[in-house]
Amino acid sequence: MTRAGSVRILVAAGLLLSLEICCRSGIINMTTMIPPSEMLGAIADLARSGRLLKESLPTFRNVTIAFVLAVGLGVIGGTVLHSLPRVRRVLDPLLASYYAVPFFALYPLFVVIFGLNDWPLIMIGIVFAGVAVVVSTLNGIDRVPPVLLKVARIYRMSRTAKVRLVILPAIALPLFTGIKLALAYSFIGILAGEFILASAGIGHAIAFAYDAFDNRTMYGLIAFTLILVTLMNMGLQACERLLLKGRSR
Amino acid sequence: MTQSTAAVGKSRRLQDFALLVACILAAWQALYMIVGDVAITSPVTTLGYAIELLPSSDFRPHLAASLTAFGNALLISYAGGVLLGLTLGFHRFSGEVAEPMLGALYSLPKIALYPIILQIFGLGLSAKVAFGALHGVIPVALFSMNAVRGINPMHLRTARVLRLSSIETVRTIVAPAIIPEIVTGLRVGFSLTLLGVLIGEMFASQHGMGFLLINAINLHDVKMITTLIFVLFLFATVTSAILLAIDRRLHVRV
Repeated sequence: MTRAGSVRILVAAGLLLSLEICCRSGIINMTTMIPPSEMLGAIADLARSGRLLKESLPTFRNVTIAFVLAVGLGVIGGTVLHSLPRVRRVLDPLLASYYAVPFFALYPLFVVIFGLNDWPLIMIGIVFAGVAVVVSTLNGIDRVPPVLLKVARIYRMSRTAKVRLVILPAIALPLFTGIKLALAYSFIGILAGEFILASAGIGHAIAFAYDAFDNRTMYGLIAFTLILVTLMNMGLQACERLLLKGRSR
Repeated sequence: MTQSTAAVGKSRRLQDFALLVACILAAWQALYMIVGDVAITSPVTTLGYAIELLPSSDFRPHLAASLTAFGNALLISYAGGVLLGLTLGFHRFSGEVAEPMLGALYSLPKIALYPIILQIFGLGLSAKVAFGALHGVIPVALFSMNAVRGINPMHLRTARVLRLSSIETVRTIVAPAIIPEIVTGLRVGFSLTLLGVLIGEMFASQHGMGFLLINAINLHDVKMITTLIFVLFLFATVTSAILLAIDRRLHVRV
């Protein structure tokens, strides 16, 4: 491990430890925050009682569906948009200011359109995450070296062969940035939706525990969410490093 | 570019923009015709209601409350983010340690932290501001840090060769090199701070646009919901377009 990596772990451990000490010694009131060790205990309790699985399963399912659809539709959308420069120029201001718009405001609209089920949540996830994939696909295709396209022409590749053998490998890295964002965004969109509207899922369970003054459950669920998202991000970063390594060979 | 081609480019951009607005309005109207009054009001009705609502004395205090919270949150995000980013940028090792941590914080669903903010700050202005700043500070810090790291070392060496004083180095080399990138960060931070403040108002406030929105959702006041979404989208898009124009101009100059 690099020196920066070990210092990073020390810093994180130090922060957690000082939080633990602050909570235990009463500098931070126990009604405000419970110590990190208690949070872990709460996660274990929730897992034992089966509640953790029950609450998180709908969230996982929805995030997975939204993420997969956002990446699929985003790559297709980006590729199509790249082949239509006129349309792209018109849409450009929209893409540039897309993430300035508070999207969760659309939940009620989606509920009326899709009904009171999981689809409004999934749609918010897709709408929120998909555009990041579209933008990174466009960026990726823009940066494919022209010489590779010429090689494809020399080999008289079909359109599908060109996409599969030349374009996809060339845009893998920029696309991966979009995929990372898409995962984070579908999580954010769906959790926010669960907080506001849903009757199931982790977001709803956290809001419910908050309203019921059930601090232990609430902090357990929050800690669980944060740990989970961090682990997923670290996994994606590892994948990215692998991609980079394959590139440099 | 000559004067005339610039003018042609400009008129073409205006044309494209008009086309985009027309397409959005058409899509909105089509959606209205499909789903009807239960979900959304038509563009004409919404515009009419917005013109009636915006100057009314019922609405203005909410707008003022949102703007106050947003202004404060923005100030904290910008000052904190730039300071943190510059520190981490100039002190390379701390930057190396902190970067993945900031990245992880950036992609956390911060809405899950909402109850904690409420426990600490209570209901009201400070919670909204804290939540907005929480959203905005990290992207500003990340962009500022990368701005400093992106300074061409050759330029700094040139400054040393020319024996520039540190003030002159900052003025002539460092500032011009990092400002465009920092402005990009400020632009991203602007949007996210707005998002944070609005979410904050939805949960923890009796004032502000976010409160009006969640209230309208609970009462199923479709006209109010559509109008608020429209006003928010308009504000977000216009400000982001202005910031984007500044951003692009700064980047072109380099």
